[in-house]
Amino acid sequence: MTEIAETPVERLNHVVIRFAGDSGDGMQLAGDRFTSETAEFGNDLSTLPDFPAEIRAPAGTLPGVSAFQLHFGDHSVLTPGDHADVLVAMNPAALKANLGQLRRGGTIIVNSDEFTPRNLKKVGYAESPLEDSSLEGYDVHALDLTSLAVKSVEGHDVGRKDGERAKNMFALGLLSWLYSRPTESTVKYIERRFAAKPELAAANIAAFKAGWNYGETTEGFVVRYEVGPAPMKPGTYRTVHGNTALAYGLIAGARQAGLQLFLGSYPITPASDILHELAKHKNFGVTTFQAEDEIAGVGAALGASFGGALGVTTTSGPGVDLKAETIGLGVMIELPLVVCDIQRAGPSTGMPTKTEQTDLLLAMFGRHGEAPVPIIAAQSPADCFDAAIEAVRIATTYRTPVYLLSDAYLANGSEPWLIPDVSTLPAIEVNFAKPAADGSAFEPYARDPETLARPWAIPGTPGLEHRVGGIEKADVTGDISYDPANHDKMVRLRHAKIEGIAASIPPLEVDDPTSDADILVLGWGSTYGPIAAAVRSARANGLKVARAHLRHLNPLPSNTGDVLARYDKVLLPEMNLGQLAMLLRAKFLVDVHSYNQVRGLPFRSEDLLEAITGMASS
Amino acid sequence: MTVSLPVPGPRRGLELIPATDAELSRKDFTSDQEVRWCPGCGDYAILAAIQGFMPTLGIKRENTVFISGIGCAARLPYYMDTYGMHSIHGRAPAIATGLATSRPDLSVWVIGGDGDFLSIGGNHLLHALRRNVNLKLLLFNNRIYGLTKGQYSPTSEVGKSTKSSPMGSVDRPLNPVSIALGAEATFVARTVDSDRKHLTATLQAAAEHRGAAFIEILQNCDIYNDGAWDVIKDADSREDRAVYLEAGKQVRFGRDGAKGVRVSPRGRLEVVDVDAGNEDSLLVHDPQADEPELAFALSRLGNVEAGVTPLGIFRAVARPAYDDAARAQVAEARAAKGDGDLAALLNSGDTWTIGG
Repeated sequence: MTEIAETPVERLNHVVIRFAGDSGDGMQLAGDRFTSETAEFGNDLSTLPDFPAEIRAPAGTLPGVSAFQLHFGDHSVLTPGDHADVLVAMNPAALKANLGQLRRGGTIIVNSDEFTPRNLKKVGYAESPLEDSSLEGYDVHALDLTSLAVKSVEGHDVGRKDGERAKNMFALGLLSWLYSRPTESTVKYIERRFAAKPELAAANIAAFKAGWNYGETTEGFVVRYEVGPAPMKPGTYRTVHGNTALAYGLIAGARQAGLQLFLGSYPITPASDILHELAKHKNFGVTTFQAEDEIAGVGAALGASFGGALGVTTTSGPGVDLKAETIGLGVMIELPLVVCDIQRAGPSTGMPTKTEQTDLLLAMFGRHGEAPVPIIAAQSPADCFDAAIEAVRIATTYRTPVYLLSDAYLANGSEPWLIPDVSTLPAIEVNFAKPAADGSAFEPYARDPETLARPWAIPGTPGLEHRVGGIEKADVTGDISYDPANHDKMVRLRHAKIEGIAASIPPLEVDDPTSDADILVLGWGSTYGPIAAAVRSARANGLKVARAHLRHLNPLPSNTGDVLARYDKVLLPEMNLGQLAMLLRAKFLVDVHSYNQVRGLPFRSEDLLEAITGMASS
Repeated sequence: MTVSLPVPGPRRGLELIPATDAELSRKDFTSDQEVRWCPGCGDYAILAAIQGFMPTLGIKRENTVFISGIGCAARLPYYMDTYGMHSIHGRAPAIATGLATSRPDLSVWVIGGDGDFLSIGGNHLLHALRRNVNLKLLLFNNRIYGLTKGQYSPTSEVGKSTKSSPMGSVDRPLNPVSIALGAEATFVARTVDSDRKHLTATLQAAAEHRGAAFIEILQNCDIYNDGAWDVIKDADSREDRAVYLEAGKQVRFGRDGAKGVRVSPRGRLEVVDVDAGNEDSLLVHDPQADEPELAFALSRLGNVEAGVTPLGIFRAVARPAYDDAARAQVAEARAAKGDGDLAALLNSGDTWTIGG
């Protein structure tokens, strides 16, 4: 037996890996598995799947490229990474589409089997980039991944196609070796996934291990890497995607409120996974209704709320457009309703799999009449859990539709999640109306003096029979009313009820370590990570920068105006053209400076750092 | 891939709704709201029939819900002293689906007009019917838009001259019964506002049906489309133009049943003068027939413009109801996996622990 020299190990603080291939190449799966191995190892991490809306665009073309980016490190990781250190490209299209995301000098691992004249021509390469000088300056590893995978499954009772398909597992094995990842969980995962087909499981495990051994035995890689565990709070962790966390949050919220969860939904990217997740958990008393359209989805949810369930609907921008009328009815009849808008790039169909924050003003004002609705935004994949519980609290306490804003980045992105102890979840008290002890007539629009909420009187309660509807209601009695003074009063009451929610939400917290920052960087929603990373860098560069992030967009925390007034300069990065900035300028007469990108991708923290630095020197 | 469902057997319509021994009267179902339909509107007769009929069901009043869309008919819930919701144009079947699915103990009635159910809400009606949700859907068909002051509707006859169609409407009307049967609704009936006895009997049959029950009620709008149904209401024409369908009986009409309906040798329904030679060949009405094609053929016999208009129950078959099946899945999941354990759910998948 030949002695194999140990490959030297280099220690890194953090690494960004980008897996890219055809939509059918299994890159999302490889990325997910690498994420699990990395999480289990104890790194902090953040992921960004980046895929087209088409399920399988023509093989080998640029539109068919699907990518998965993972950033992991031995310290707090806040973003999926501005640039990749390593690009795994399964074909010429993947290389071409993703080379721009790789840092200069980065590592490229390509599947050279796919670099055929035909595939090169498909994406406009006149010559193979592996053979000309275009990749000079990168550390290129051209490996016949398909052939290697096929070879690795020899002896297993599977077809050639199955061997070819296992190339993602071969690549995953190689990367796992290169970055010293634990492999047991992936082996177990493959066994679970192919439980019904043991021969396929064995073949994929063989390919995965062959990839690892390839790294160990060939001399192509002169160094392998280690990224040490990140310090993290004690407790039990898992990785979680935003949509999964949101679904769990809805289940938890319904449980805390003691209500049956009813989801009315119509499939739409990128929200459908919430429907899929909830459909799996009927044993929690969850009912999922796949409606005939977006309008029926929210309608059924409101109908269920009328009956005393927690009505929820999940959607994205185009669905929100359609649901507006029903949300307006919810405002009028004052019943709980949670509307989850997983924002995507618009207008119209836009870019369904890409992220944006462009629905804020739609959520705020997208209904006829004066129809205020509370708005909550999640800031990270795991935070979708807490945000959903908060949405349930507000909807049930104040008897109102609530917008819960997430976006495509949070929906599909993932991060480690310190699993909460369920006994520490906030209590949500819901009291259905009961007949008055003195037998007096029921007043469906009498209000709780503290919350201004009206009674939630559900069918089946004797003595509380009443009618609700979209026509203006008389104060207290709820009868139809066209009285001018009554309408003015009711418009103001509905407005005051939503404004009053501010009393129940925590003040806006400012992170200002030196307490003398000149600049406040304010954000909301999924920009949390990139902003926090940029502010961290700015402080490392000696700038005095404060940072705050809004969870509640309507109403805003009571101290928001004071916070804004405290700083000379306020910078507000948004993945829109300045929607929150418009609201803040109008409400507080503060000269908020917008920094905007609408590229369908999360901010690069280096761009934000440049904006902060620019503002500091202006 | 398909899986077999734990579908519950069809049950009686009122089976899960709490019964009451209390003596209820029409007054108990009458709210304190002033009725605001035009004098002479057919809706008054329908409201009176419903208020008179509800107490006979023997169910608790508080477990009764009326949900409507928008339009003249849709004001009805305000006049019923039950739970009710006057919702959005066209959307009542969808809203009621959510309510019925989450609350098996409610008798849910959905009220709408021809515009509400067949124009803006056509999609929701279709899906409520094909799903067979436990809803009683009453379509008040007056063939006109009343509340918006007299535009032609999706059931108006071709050439209808209205404010929005001064040269006559050019679109062809829908036949509500044909639409419902096309969606394979499990209970489909037609009745008339002015025939209190027939209307009440039809409501009764709908209440007892498990699943979606659809009733087209021919209703007169005396302001914008007066006399739309006179052909089948007037004493001098109705014998020859209206056919009352009765289960297990031959489809006959005219003075002394002089006319009848049979399947022609070419496979179509035809009206014949009954004589000794053809009497045995007449169609015997079977609302419980498994397939809806004969019911559909009956719905195509004609309308007030031409031919004859059948009234009565076209179809009444037992099929699993959507909401029963949906609840059965929840029960099955609970039986198989136990009541949801939130801590176990949150800790599912690959987890790791950082020591303190």
